[in-house]
Amino acid sequence: MSDTFLPVVAGHAEDGRVAPPSTPRNVPYQNGAPNPSAEALRAQFADAVQRVDVVWGETTVFVDRARVLEIVRWLHDDPTQQYDYLSDVTAVEYRDLDRPIEVVWHLRSLPHRRFLRLKTLLPKGQPLAVPSVWDVYKGADWLERECYDMFGIRFEGHPDLRRLLMWEQYKEGYPLRKDFPLRGRFSRSEQLRQILAQNPEAKYSMEELTVLEAFDELSLEQRNRLRSGEKVGE
Amino acid sequence: MGLDTRRVETGVDVSPSSSESWVTTRLDFLVNWGRANSLWPMPFGTACCAIEFMATAASKFDLARFGMERMSFSPRQADVLICAGRVPFKLAPVIRRIWQQMPQPKWCISMGACASSGGMFDNYAVVQGIDTIIPVDVYVPGCPPRPEGLMYGIMMLQEKVKKERMADKSLRNEMEPDPQSQLYIPPSLIDEVSEPFGNAVHQTRSGL
Repeated sequence: MSDTFLPVVAGHAEDGRVAPPSTPRNVPYQNGAPNPSAEALRAQFADAVQRVDVVWGETTVFVDRARVLEIVRWLHDDPTQQYDYLSDVTAVEYRDLDRPIEVVWHLRSLPHRRFLRLKTLLPKGQPLAVPSVWDVYKGADWLERECYDMFGIRFEGHPDLRRLLMWEQYKEGYPLRKDFPLRGRFSRSEQLRQILAQNPEAKYSMEELTVLEAFDELSLEQRNRLRSGEKVGE
Repeated sequence: MGLDTRRVETGVDVSPSSSESWVTTRLDFLVNWGRANSLWPMPFGTACCAIEFMATAASKFDLARFGMERMSFSPRQADVLICAGRVPFKLAPVIRRIWQQMPQPKWCISMGACASSGGMFDNYAVVQGIDTIIPVDVYVPGCPPRPEGLMYGIMMLQEKVKKERMADKSLRNEMEPDPQSQLYIPPSLIDEVSEPFGNAVHQTRSGL
C-alpha cells in the first residue's frame, strides 16, 4: 500500500466534535436538533430556502426550484459542508392531486458525518422541470434518468436524458405517476406487440460494439452488411 | 427422495401387433430414450426461481441424475429452455430471440408462478405468462417451486419426450409469428389469458 493512501474516516473533518456512531434513542418525531447545514443554508441562501423540517431527527430543506444546482454545488464545494456523496435523486407524488410533486435529493457528507434531504416543489399544471445536478455529481446520471423514466420530470442540463428502466420507445407514459393505471394504458396484446417489435440488440450502438474502429479488419462480407445499414451482427 | 421408481410407460407402441413398422418404433424408442436422458437445459433465470433452480442443479438434488448437469449457456447447444422467474416486457424480445436460436428438437419448462402466469406481478411491466410469447411444454407451479417440484416437471417432460414419434412431423413444426402482430397466438387470446387468474383457468393441459 502506498504512503499516499489515506483512508477516509467518516467525520474526520469534525476533529472529534461529532459523537461516534451509535444507535439513536429517544428521537423526537418533530422539532429535533436540525442538521447544522440547514442554518448555514439559511445564512447563505436566505431567499432560496423556503422551509426547514426536522422529522425523526432527519433534516429536510425545501429550496427554490431555480436555485437547486447553485445550492447543491455550494453544499458540495464549501469546506464547512463537503457533501461529497449523493445517495439518491427521486420524486414523490401525493394522492392529493392539489399537492405539488416533490423532487428529493439525499446528500451525505462523509467528512462531517451529516445527512441532508433537499426538496423542491413542482406544482401541478406547470412543466415538470428541475436543474440537473450532474455537473456536481456524475453519479446523478442514472438516478435522474430513472426519475425521468418513472415520473416524467425533466432534468435540465442532463447530458443524456433517456428512459432507463423502460425501453426508449415506451409510449404509455410515466409508470409511477398517480394517474398511471397499474396494468398500463394499453391492452396486454398491444403491449406485447409493441415490445416484440423491438430488436433486442438495437440498443448497442456501433461505438459500443467498437466495430467502427475495427472496420478495416472486417471481412468484405461483414463490411457489405454494415454498409447496407445492418445494425446487428448475427 | 420419494420419487416414483415404477417403470415409466413409453408412448411408443412396441408390441408385435402394432401397425407401425418394428424398425420405426424401435428407432423412436431409442432416440427418445437418448433425448430424454440427455436434455441440456438453457437456464433463463431472472428471479428467485433461479435460486431454487441452482439448488436443483447442486449436489443435494443433483440434476445430473437426469442427464442435465451440462448447463448450456448458449441457446444454440440447448435442448430445453428453463425459464425461472418473472419476465418483464423488456426481456420479452430477448427470450423470444433465445427460443428462436435454439435448434430443434427443443422444449420449454416454465418454472414458477411468475413465468407461467405473471404471478403476483399483474402490472404494467411483467409479461402475463411466457406462453404468450413462446410455446411451453411443462408448467411448474410454486412461488418458487421447491427443487422436488422442478424435478417432477423435468420428469414430466421426459415422459413427454419418450412419447414422441418421429412420424409426427407436427411436433417439430416451428410456428412463425405473424409479422404484423409479432405474436404467436392471437391478440384476443392474449388479452383473455392476461386477465386476473386468466392463465390459471385457460392454461393448456398436457395429456399426462
